[in-house]
Amino acid sequence: MPRKVVITGLGATTPIGGDVPTMWANSLKGVSGARTIEADWVQKYELPVTFAAQIATPAAEVLSRVEAKRMDPSTQFAVVASREAWRDSGIEEVDKDRLAVAFATGIGGVWTLLDAWDVLREKGPRRVLPMTVPMLMPNGPAAAVSLDLGARAGAHTPVSACASGTEALHQGLELIRSGKADVVVCGGAEAAIHPMPIAAFAAMQALSRRNDEPELASRPYDTNRDGFVMGEGAGALVIEAEEHALARGARIYAELGGTSVTADAYHITAPDPEGLGATRALKAALFDARAQAEDVVHVNAHATSTPVGDKPEYTALKAALGSHVEQVAVSATKSQTGHLLGASGAVEAVMTVLAIYDRKVPVTINLDNQDPEIPLDVVTSPRELPQGDIVALSNSFGFGGHNAVIVLRSV
Amino acid sequence: MASNEEILSGLAEIVNEETGLAPESVEMDKSFTDDLDIDSISMMTIVVNAEEKFGVRIPDEEVKNLKTVGDAVNFISGAQA
Repeated sequence: MPRKVVITGLGATTPIGGDVPTMWANSLKGVSGARTIEADWVQKYELPVTFAAQIATPAAEVLSRVEAKRMDPSTQFAVVASREAWRDSGIEEVDKDRLAVAFATGIGGVWTLLDAWDVLREKGPRRVLPMTVPMLMPNGPAAAVSLDLGARAGAHTPVSACASGTEALHQGLELIRSGKADVVVCGGAEAAIHPMPIAAFAAMQALSRRNDEPELASRPYDTNRDGFVMGEGAGALVIEAEEHALARGARIYAELGGTSVTADAYHITAPDPEGLGATRALKAALFDARAQAEDVVHVNAHATSTPVGDKPEYTALKAALGSHVEQVAVSATKSQTGHLLGASGAVEAVMTVLAIYDRKVPVTINLDNQDPEIPLDVVTSPRELPQGDIVALSNSFGFGGHNAVIVLRSV
Repeated sequence: MASNEEILSGLAEIVNEETGLAPESVEMDKSFTDDLDIDSISMMTIVVNAEEKFGVRIPDEEVKNLKTVGDAVNFISGAQA
């Protein structure tokens, strides 16, 4: 039997809450984090999309000025979330040579990169800041978390677009199972609400254009869904070998039972319409966790609110869970948070862990007319999960055909 | 033309902005590395900001000679002359 891995600490900074308690309370109520963007660049560049789900608590309110100055916003979010998760874990002493980091991002330091390009063109090379490279590199969040906590058993950065955050948990589990670490701080961070990525995602027709009603724009599974809403933030989870957690008397939220990562090898951006890669990921993750389809009571779905993306996930869930899929309470939390890209899997993992721990399911908002081709049991009002042994899944899929699934189990 | 006191106080502001150190701790005899714990990346940022603020050029090869705050103030003062 592989080493059992448990989750003992949670952190997040998101559009619906700057910490886990606030985010969790809001996600059970059902609030939207999407707003019109106040920045002048929306008008300046005549962006076709004028809203997004921006962070609820600016990192500058949490970090010191000097800390924030040396970090890209994506790294700032990672440090804010991982510090909360670390405090929450209650770990006081740990062998730093056995402490690792797996912190993902989809895009990396895009603000830093493009600001530096502007400085170069306007003021010349001398004015490009010496901190530019460490701030823009995609491993910046993982490196900063490692530095902050003194984690020396490796700092890893899975990059698989919108599957990145979930893939970080996959890597973390492997690090502990293989004996390379006892504790891993896993997570994902993204800060890409910048005019260029907005223009680029809009160009590929991926974003909702519901500019007049930002709060109603992210509507997974609704017949009137027209694209995703850009979000930003970070999620972080302290995962730990069970014997390590038990030895220090830790509070255990849930077991990270299994994970899986597959690739569609179908199209660079379009999901396989049959959901074959996602089906393989779901089946492999359940097998990895030694769980049966019938054990699953809840799924935090990827469900981004794009016309083409939501249905193949249903097809995959049906293929992996069989007729039991009708018994599963499904939450599409991007309806509230928007799509945090490389951070989404980590934030949704935090929510799924809490769903198991509190036996309560986050609600899906803006579902007025459910797509008849996706007949899932979507949770739209407060719902409790059953007592006893339960299993929940969180799915993430990314451009490039990346599929990542985690299986969480009550303890 | 700024006086040495003006250069020192301007430099202290730049150091404070970059590192968070109190401006009054930036004194003429303080070593950037040993006393103020300023690393090479912060030092380069301070140098570039000082160039803009005081309208001087501080060549890269000169930066290693600026061991103390006083060295920097004197170099800037000389470059302005």
